[in-house]
Amino acid sequence: MRRRGFSILCCALVTATSLAGAPAAGARDDVTLTLVTHDSFAISKSVLRSFTRETGIKVRVLPSGDAGAALNQAILTKDAPLGDLLFGVDNTFLSRALDEGVFERYRSPALTRVPAAYRIDTTHHVTPVDHGDVCINDDTAWFAEHGLAVPRTLDDLTKPAYKGRLVVENPATSSPGLAFLLATVDRYGEDGWRAYWERLRANDVKVVSGWEQAYNGEFSAGEGGGDRPLVVSYASSPAAAVYFSDPRPTEAPVGTVLDTCFRQVELVGILRGTEHPRAARRLIDFMLSRRFQEDVPLQMFVFPVRDDARLPAVFTRFADVPTDPASLAPSVIGAHREQWIDEWTDTVLR
Amino acid sequence: MDRHRPALTHPVRSVRPLRPVRWILVAVPVAFLVAFFAYPVATILGRGLWPDGHLDLSPLGDVAGNAALRDVAWFTVWQAALSTMLALAVGLPGAFVLARYRFPGRSLVRALIVVPFVLPTIVVASAFLALGVEPSLGAILLAHVFFNYAVVVRTVGGLWAHLDPQQEEAARVLGASRLRAFTRVTLPALRPAILAAASITFLFTFTSFGVILVLGGPTRATLETEIYRQTAQLLDLRTAAALSILQLVAVVVLLVATGRFQGRRAVALGLRAAAVTTRSVRSVGERALLGANLALMLALLGVPMAVLVARSFATANGPGFGFYRALGELRSDSVLFVPPADAVVNSLLFATVATAIALVVGGLAAFAVVRHRRGRALEAALALPLGISAVTVGFGFLIALDEPPLDLRTSWIIVPIAHALIAIPFVVWLVTPLLGSIDPRLREAAAVLGASPRRVWREVDLPIVGRAFAIAAGFAFAISLGEFGATLFIARPDRPTLPVVIYRLLGQPGAQNFGAAMAASTILMALTVVAILTAERARVGDIGTF
Repeated sequence: MRRRGFSILCCALVTATSLAGAPAAGARDDVTLTLVTHDSFAISKSVLRSFTRETGIKVRVLPSGDAGAALNQAILTKDAPLGDLLFGVDNTFLSRALDEGVFERYRSPALTRVPAAYRIDTTHHVTPVDHGDVCINDDTAWFAEHGLAVPRTLDDLTKPAYKGRLVVENPATSSPGLAFLLATVDRYGEDGWRAYWERLRANDVKVVSGWEQAYNGEFSAGEGGGDRPLVVSYASSPAAAVYFSDPRPTEAPVGTVLDTCFRQVELVGILRGTEHPRAARRLIDFMLSRRFQEDVPLQMFVFPVRDDARLPAVFTRFADVPTDPASLAPSVIGAHREQWIDEWTDTVLR
Repeated sequence: MDRHRPALTHPVRSVRPLRPVRWILVAVPVAFLVAFFAYPVATILGRGLWPDGHLDLSPLGDVAGNAALRDVAWFTVWQAALSTMLALAVGLPGAFVLARYRFPGRSLVRALIVVPFVLPTIVVASAFLALGVEPSLGAILLAHVFFNYAVVVRTVGGLWAHLDPQQEEAARVLGASRLRAFTRVTLPALRPAILAAASITFLFTFTSFGVILVLGGPTRATLETEIYRQTAQLLDLRTAAALSILQLVAVVVLLVATGRFQGRRAVALGLRAAAVTTRSVRSVGERALLGANLALMLALLGVPMAVLVARSFATANGPGFGFYRALGELRSDSVLFVPPADAVVNSLLFATVATAIALVVGGLAAFAVVRHRRGRALEAALALPLGISAVTVGFGFLIALDEPPLDLRTSWIIVPIAHALIAIPFVVWLVTPLLGSIDPRLREAAAVLGASPRRVWREVDLPIVGRAFAIAAGFAFAISLGEFGATLFIARPDRPTLPVVIYRLLGQPGAQNFGAAMAASTILMALTVVAILTAERARVGDIGTF
């Protein structure tokens, strides 16, 4: 206990001193930061090295399970954090993170380059880094072969022509599954979404527990040779499907139904109790730099939040961005998440 | 002479080493269990049931009163019981033919059946799906038999190979039918091993996680998947703690019952060298039995594995090593990229350390079990980690092991320790039946002839338990290679293993990612076969001196 008390005092002092004056550009911090992340985090070695070169700060990446598990670990270890920053909290779990008070406040000057749509934490405990859109993906070849039009809206999915064609993830166990449920809540309202799912159920929607199974197991354009030509995945999936093929096809094998998307924003925050708050702030500033932001697409297959970040060619060509994706306030999601998942389970699985 | 007499009539428990030695036998396993299991689990349960400094048992009532959770608990128990019975039914004939018949490729078959153990569920599920097995109760049972076949075959086969076939033959000469000779002579002798295999299989399937989620379909849940949901997703530690206690109670009841059964044994068996008890197939019937079992292994285990291997070579440009090359090239610029050779080395390193810990702790415990009156309690306690949710243990590590001297949360050693927790019961349960069955007169004869206690151990005990240790080491190694359970919930810095690489590859779309994941799975399978074959070769002697 004494150790913790001491480190909290330490932090308070460091915070106080660092508040007194922002670090001068080019000042060197000879520390190692631990960046706790979810398992899907990735960034180029060269990009992280350039940060270390400029600042002297080394970064150790600590993957800790999926996004929900990583956040819950951070909450459980609040008194003795596993690292200095946590990356990967998204808008579906943001309110829990804020309620539990795991983050220190920080408002990065680089936020001015981030459109308001992504600045979802007005209290500035977490900083947006990337966004991805959870959307229905379609198997382009399958629809061409069967002479069937690709569905365009959520309503289309309940039409007889698409009976038995869609596979979704269980929102209780999957992050894209939860996002898609939220897309339907946003579209049909709190009173209407259950009726929509009843119609989807009547149209033989298939539910699996995770994205890997949905995409690689059931989706007909996935690698497992499934038989469902529609799947809940990401707007970036077409780009990834092209990028990770050898030889690379000239047409994307997968399309995106842009009217079915829900926007996920991923954020980073400084874990309360860090002994290196100043270095941690510099890392957040760096994560909003163009260098980092432009590296994000091909590493994590999500989109940068910075408005001036250039996208790689495979993204501009193959990944369509929905212009008006569904979204809900994090506080609304936080207040209803469990209730909606329970109701969804009753509606779709029972 | 009188001093020796009790030893002859009540053999097993009476061999008492010197006091300090006895205490070390008990102290090491107990200390390990307390530090890395009891303390972390108690800490996380305390967060749920002891939230503000006073005990609040209302979650237990809430869980008991919740009909849906009662259904989950009931399903957990009966699917595990059914899976165990199926695994025994399918595995026991396999154990017999692999223990008794000599045929070309036998050791390779024995190694191959362990491979399912190391395969990530998601990979196996994709093979099953390709073979037309849709998520269902049947798929759960099939997968449980797939994963636990080796547990039955090797645990029971390990003892069976040492049973003197002449005992059964003697019974037949005396007029017993084949069935009667089997049920009255062989079966009782095998009972400890069968109970061990059944217990391990039950506990594994009782805490089944990936199989239920992936192959059970979205409507099926077990206590394990529910504890995961409550802890990792909902952060409802109260409910999670209540469910964990339910799990704990069920496991303790099972282990106490098993202990009762085992307690009735303690017969000294006429153990023989495995080399002496095996023979080539003689009659048409034996040939058919062997053929049928090999065909079953091929269909149940071989075909799904073959699907994965075939996929790892099926590139868009025809059969080739493209996906194996991709394993070293895909996203090699990423911070979390690990060259495949390094992943192999990491996997081997963790597995070696985990195996060493398991053999030392489990080995000491096995001796304690046969030499102490309360040994059975230790045996049961060491089996608890098999029956407790991996997420409970993993999150328990996070909040409990955060202060010196056990500030291990982000240390690499936590991974092999977690693996060893799962592997120790294998060591104890595989070694104890053989150790307990050694005829004490052998030891006494050796002592009378002037052998020192160390020499007695080397010449009498070791040759008999050496093989059990080798089999247990094989399991420990495979458990660690395959990243069972708890490690999914422990942060793993710096040293990604092959299963981690596989999970990462499967997390993104694209033929190259999928193919490379299949290539990594194939490498993992090959590594397992080589490791098991090596463990078998390196075994410390055999009973060959008769």
